[in-house]
Amino acid sequence: MSIIYFLIGCSVLLALVFLGAFFWAQRNGQHDDLYTPSVRILLDDEPDEKDSKK
Amino acid sequence: MKQAEIDQQTTCYHCGNDCADERIEQDEKVFCCNGCKEVYSILSQNGLCSYYSYNEHPGVSQAKASKRLDYLKEPSIIRELIDYSDEKSTVVTFYIPDIHCSSCIWLLEHLNTINPFIYHARVDFLRKQVNIRYDTQLITLHEVVSLLDKIGYEPLISLQDVVKKQTFDKRDNLVKKIAVAGFCFGNVMLLSFPEYLGISVYEQSFRQFFGWLNLAFCLPVLLYSSTGYFKSAWTNLKNKVLNIDFPLALGIAVLFVRTAVEILTHTGAGFADTMCGLVFFLLVGKFVQCKTYYHLSFERDYRSFFPVAVQVIEGETERPVPLSNIQVGQRILIRNNEIIPADAILLKGDARVDFSFVTGESVPVNKVLGEVVYAGGRQTGEAIELEVVKPVSQSYLTRLWNNEAFTRTQENKIQTFSEKISQYFTIALLLIAFSSLFFWLATDVSRAISAFTAVLIIACPCALALSTPFTMSAALSIFDKNFFYLKNTAVVEQLAHIDTIVLDKTGTITTNGDTTITAHMTATDTEKQMIYSVCANSTHPLSRLISQYLDNYSKLDTNSYYEVPGRGITADVNGKFIKVGSAKFVDVMQAEAPSAQKTEVHVSIDERYIGYFTIQQQYRDGVKAVKSLSPAYRLYLLSGDHGHEREALSSVFPIEDMFFERTPQEKLDFIKHLQQNGHKVMMIGDGLNDAGALKQSDLGIAITDNVNNFSPGSDAILDGRSLKKLPVFLKFSKDALRVVYISFCISLTYNVVGLSYAVSGKLSPLIAAILMPMSTFTIISFTSLATHLAAKKRKLI
Repeated sequence: MSIIYFLIGCSVLLALVFLGAFFWAQRNGQHDDLYTPSVRILLDDEPDEKDSKK
Repeated sequence: MKQAEIDQQTTCYHCGNDCADERIEQDEKVFCCNGCKEVYSILSQNGLCSYYSYNEHPGVSQAKASKRLDYLKEPSIIRELIDYSDEKSTVVTFYIPDIHCSSCIWLLEHLNTINPFIYHARVDFLRKQVNIRYDTQLITLHEVVSLLDKIGYEPLISLQDVVKKQTFDKRDNLVKKIAVAGFCFGNVMLLSFPEYLGISVYEQSFRQFFGWLNLAFCLPVLLYSSTGYFKSAWTNLKNKVLNIDFPLALGIAVLFVRTAVEILTHTGAGFADTMCGLVFFLLVGKFVQCKTYYHLSFERDYRSFFPVAVQVIEGETERPVPLSNIQVGQRILIRNNEIIPADAILLKGDARVDFSFVTGESVPVNKVLGEVVYAGGRQTGEAIELEVVKPVSQSYLTRLWNNEAFTRTQENKIQTFSEKISQYFTIALLLIAFSSLFFWLATDVSRAISAFTAVLIIACPCALALSTPFTMSAALSIFDKNFFYLKNTAVVEQLAHIDTIVLDKTGTITTNGDTTITAHMTATDTEKQMIYSVCANSTHPLSRLISQYLDNYSKLDTNSYYEVPGRGITADVNGKFIKVGSAKFVDVMQAEAPSAQKTEVHVSIDERYIGYFTIQQQYRDGVKAVKSLSPAYRLYLLSGDHGHEREALSSVFPIEDMFFERTPQEKLDFIKHLQQNGHKVMMIGDGLNDAGALKQSDLGIAITDNVNNFSPGSDAILDGRSLKKLPVFLKFSKDALRVVYISFCISLTYNVVGLSYAVSGKLSPLIAAILMPMSTFTIISFTSLATHLAAKKRKLI
């Protein structure tokens, strides 16, 4: 059962990595604007004229 | 299909406005005005017509006067506006109220197609901001702004740019604390499960290992996430106030100490998961409470209403000067639709100043040369020259901001329920804790300490601390859906405690700029044509209104035209002598002039009385709803305008409770007087003249037709369309408060159940671990459900 020590160590380490990733994203300003990227991804570089007219 | 084609023919390709009156065509597309066409041609030249394919008519009507942007060449102003600049590039953020659809995002982020010296543009849609990086050497700020203006996205520039500079640091910090607490909570839960499920005797070494890990996870929660509670409890204790943070901090501290002791001495598992969960839920409650409106500002003062710079005339030249550098004695030039920034004497030109925002006067005022014009008025008509007689900050209007109402702290307006209750709660909690300590102390010391700490843990007012934020934030989002924007959650409670409502007139219960003219006369068409011809000659505001009203006549020749300022006009039209003006001027019999209360213009032709026009402000359709607030609330009308409409408004307000011709300072004092008599006053106003009263009142609501426009500093911003819902809002705020009361009772029940275990000193970690999240979930689900049900009942959702 001593494998538990190792597994718990791994799980905590992994969780710490995710926490670190979250902090990094927060500091990077990735959570500042949670709306615009969702629109931006739908904009093509050159949208087709016909597409918008149903 | 056919309908769609017709629509295409009559609506502007750019903004979708109806262009039946005026048609401007280009590339087989119709535009309502030259502005819209201009934008289209710029975009089509640069191959950016995709703008029109994301949404139909994405533009905003360009039919408006162009603004001067010369001031953006002043280095001192540029320095204030830009975020960052070096030799190569400059970064600037603009607030653009017109951002409203995906086409806006697309176009603004493709600015460099139009001008390659703009390197990068990024839109923040919710905040309506665009962040632009451009070449410092090859393009100026002035050119960037005029480009934005040309494509129809005029940035709103003000040196007191509160919208932009709102600090988001606090929220940012809170998110980090929640992340840490959540991380620790999750891990601790995982590690505590074996303990609750039972660990066999052979695996005792795990128990210690898990205990140590739990303790390790508690440390960041105690030292990082929960610091705010300790700080707040400490500062409040120093000020001899017992707020809710005190029992919370006490609970967290006791939880940690007991956990540490039990784990270090191997006497138990401790309460690590309860502690981490408590801090996590509390912080989530705090997060929910601090809702931010990106596009609204509640802290504006006159500086965001006034222009950034004014044209100053020096000899033959004129140059823009930042508002704060305007000095007494300088000559300033004010053009049509510009705001007079400081008290000044009129030197040249025909001043027709709209003071509706400053004094509440509904009709523009004519000023003669040499007269003092107060700051804040908006010139309508030709350009005028003035000499500044007072610095901007000492003007008639801006002096108001020196009042103590603007400098005192805003915190203690009305004590909130949780503030009130937490004092008693804390005292009762300490009483129970100490009595159980002394009860057991005689027989069993360890049990006494265990009971004492258990009481402090179990009675930790977690659910109580969560009930207000969750209820109020749910209420806030419901108000939000009804175009009523509250500054913070405490305002909902203030709303529930109001007993007196004071309203401004111009712009608040009347709509800005709209007037109804009624003709009380039996005039033939030729007579009307004569009246029109006379009025069309005059520049007096009332004459202009009448000539607009009689617009469909052609103008006749007028002879021996004579205008008596402030009284009326005489003239010869078609050989007939016509008199237009006040009742006295036209010499009306008393019987024929029914009331002197409204704004009236009387007419006689060849000494024969024809009749009169009444000019009345258009009331918002919410006025009836306001009336229904009485007698539950005491209603007052507080206007800066003249008392013409006293009679018309007497159906809504009691005659003795209507006050006219009040200066901004008098308005503030009036509110103060009501408060001194023990009333809880809500002020509803729109203009700068109400700013003092809004600030002084227990709850100041700024009413506006467009939330992007300027509104004075206030606790809440109400869209003019929702004024009719005001009674419902008030009722709903009381519902919300009732939900808080009930949830308080529920959380108290949980506390009592827990206490029955705690006082006996036999609180097991498992019970605490079940009770705490359970009460939290009950409270959260109850409050949000009950608030939504209440809103549904009031038909707000």
